[in-house]
Amino acid sequence: MEIGKSKKKELVKIKSIPYDEFKNNDYLEEMVRELNENGTNVIVGVLDEAINWGRGNSLWPLTFATSCCGIEFMAVGAARYDMARFGLEVARASPRQADFIMVAGTITDKMAPVLKRLYDQMADPKYVIAVGGCTISGGPFKHSYHVVKGIDQILPVDVFIPGCPPRPEAMLYGMMQLQRKVKLQRFFGDVNKKEVSEREYEEMMKRDMTANS
Amino acid sequence: MSVQNKINQQFPTAQIEEKPDRLIISINAESLREFALMLYNEKDFRFDFMRSLTGMDWGEAGFGVVYHLESTDNKHQLELKAIIPDREKPFIDTVSDLWKTALLNEREVYDYFGIVFIGHPDMRRLYLRKEWEGFPLRKDYVRAEGLDMSNEEPDDTTVTWYRDEKGIPQARRYNLFEKEEYVVNIGPQHPATHGVLRFRVSLEGEFLKKLDVYCGYIHRGVEKLCEGMTYQQTIGLTDRLDYLSSLQNRHALCMCVEKAMGLELSERIQYIRTIMDELQRINSHLLFFATFCMDLGALTSFFYGFRDREKVLDILEETTGGRLTMHYNVIGGVEDDIHPNFVKRVKELLAYLPAALEEYRKVFTENVIAKNRLIGVGHLSRENAISFGTTGPTGRGSGWACDVRKRIPYGVYDKVDFKEVIRGECDSYARYLVRMDEIKESMRIIETLIDNIPEGNFREKTKAVIRVPEGSYYTAVEASRGEFGVYLESNGEKLPYRLKFRSTGLPLVACVDTISRGEKIADLIAIGGSLDYVVPDIDR
Repeated sequence: MEIGKSKKKELVKIKSIPYDEFKNNDYLEEMVRELNENGTNVIVGVLDEAINWGRGNSLWPLTFATSCCGIEFMAVGAARYDMARFGLEVARASPRQADFIMVAGTITDKMAPVLKRLYDQMADPKYVIAVGGCTISGGPFKHSYHVVKGIDQILPVDVFIPGCPPRPEAMLYGMMQLQRKVKLQRFFGDVNKKEVSEREYEEMMKRDMTANS
Repeated sequence: MSVQNKINQQFPTAQIEEKPDRLIISINAESLREFALMLYNEKDFRFDFMRSLTGMDWGEAGFGVVYHLESTDNKHQLELKAIIPDREKPFIDTVSDLWKTALLNEREVYDYFGIVFIGHPDMRRLYLRKEWEGFPLRKDYVRAEGLDMSNEEPDDTTVTWYRDEKGIPQARRYNLFEKEEYVVNIGPQHPATHGVLRFRVSLEGEFLKKLDVYCGYIHRGVEKLCEGMTYQQTIGLTDRLDYLSSLQNRHALCMCVEKAMGLELSERIQYIRTIMDELQRINSHLLFFATFCMDLGALTSFFYGFRDREKVLDILEETTGGRLTMHYNVIGGVEDDIHPNFVKRVKELLAYLPAALEEYRKVFTENVIAKNRLIGVGHLSRENAISFGTTGPTGRGSGWACDVRKRIPYGVYDKVDFKEVIRGECDSYARYLVRMDEIKESMRIIETLIDNIPEGNFREKTKAVIRVPEGSYYTAVEASRGEFGVYLESNGEKLPYRLKFRSTGLPLVACVDTISRGEKIADLIAIGGSLDYVVPDIDR
């Protein structure tokens, strides 16, 4: 039993932050249990761990901000909070190069298809963090005629960060939670979606290009 | 001859009501065009600055449009209400050829109320998608269920209305962009548009021929939300409009309700509010410096700007508890007294900032690349600045003395001695320098006030349910990016009948087309950065 627990801790470790300081550990432990039960090939398992170590420590966010939370996201990237310490600093302007999307700010009805499209354009494996009250439930604008009441209606969300806007520390915490999740996933045969064939890819591109004409 | 006499003489049917700060005139929509021409052209008063344009739904009485006008030379203030009795087919003449700020504002009114402006060159919706059903700010509006997840179809056509020989309004469609034009889309997801703003630009080689602004990707329907809230609830939303002027925005709304109620505030509240507004301005301009330089490729400045901004935020956080949305001003005062450390820490900040500003000067202001990219780029003439209503540092960079703190002093601005920074170069560099100098002026204001905060209440007693006497009220403050106005119409109930926020950003994007024509496409980023708009404030 004791061994099992320390193994879990090892799997979802973030450098220099104690395991018990994180909340929602039971959710990750559940993931570990499932992984252990299903079992995996030794070689694949070791490779998984190595790849996940690399993935988890260099998550690249998409530069995406619609409102107030975006300013705090910038603050997280700037000198005092400095998300580069966790390997998160390479904010990409193109969804093709990003690992996860920080949905920072209210999503309106007009923006929703755009956000969905951005998400679709990202390469697998991809993750979504919902930042702030607006993305979680509509926040203070819940009763508005033009605000999406929670982006989980349109995207699968991995981490929710509540706040209006959340403090930079909260954002860092949320991003570290995502890192822990990434480190626990099976890369081969799970999150690494099978690549599409060249023909399928061509067709998808064509659909994307002609979607608007 | 006074304004009132003149109007009486020429338009005997107009109803005039005199208020201490302005005239309120009600006319029928049919005579609007003639009336507007007189106001604009008459030498004696020449109302050349349109402060705000508001659409109204007066129920049985029909629709209406309310114009707030000011003459920059003679300082007259005027509120013009045009009533459109026909609810089925609301038509009114455009004034967008006189005041260019009406170009986008009239589209906003059309979007909200379905009022069609005859003669407006581009009568599309401004915020909502063109497939949207109904007009949300009408009192009888019911939202259709469901979320439309289909991609937006690009549409290069627009519609304009004119009167035929019989005087009946007719629509005419025409192309915004012709088939052979080379059109590039920028945004809504683009790192240099400062949020989710979208431009479509037509290019001639590398040069900009025409630009079309698409707003609404962060249109949150704040004004409609306010109509269903008590006054104390509405003040929470103002912080989220222009989040870099959150204290000032809230100051405007609180001041508007306080004035309407006739509530007297203690000196202490006025001092605290004024100091907080100025701290907010420093904060905002530091962020401007950081992001503007980053847009132009100077990444070091981004870190410098944010480093120093955090120092301001520390002070604000200690007293208000917030970093961005402070929730500090309330109707009748401020939420809580200033923190015991406040004075000490503000003084530390004032001692620290001059060295930082000197550093900025060395790193960016004197940088030859920055100068080459900014000087002479994005020329906004004084006439255009007034016509578009681009107040704030943008207007002052074009030589227009438009500072609300000087024009209509509020808080304790009439007691402090500060300079209104004005430059006449009209280009992006001037707008940048104005902001940098304004940081110094803000420091001067705080320096004067910080030692003299008088004793007194930090919050006056108000009733739990606030009712504002019937009538219309307009109050403005100088926010970080210009005049932020609040237009409140009350019918004596505990909910506001109509609450309109004069956006500081809408005039700024309205003028982008004019000032970027003929410039290179890369300069569009410099121009947009120097205007320093905040998109949620444009869309509201």
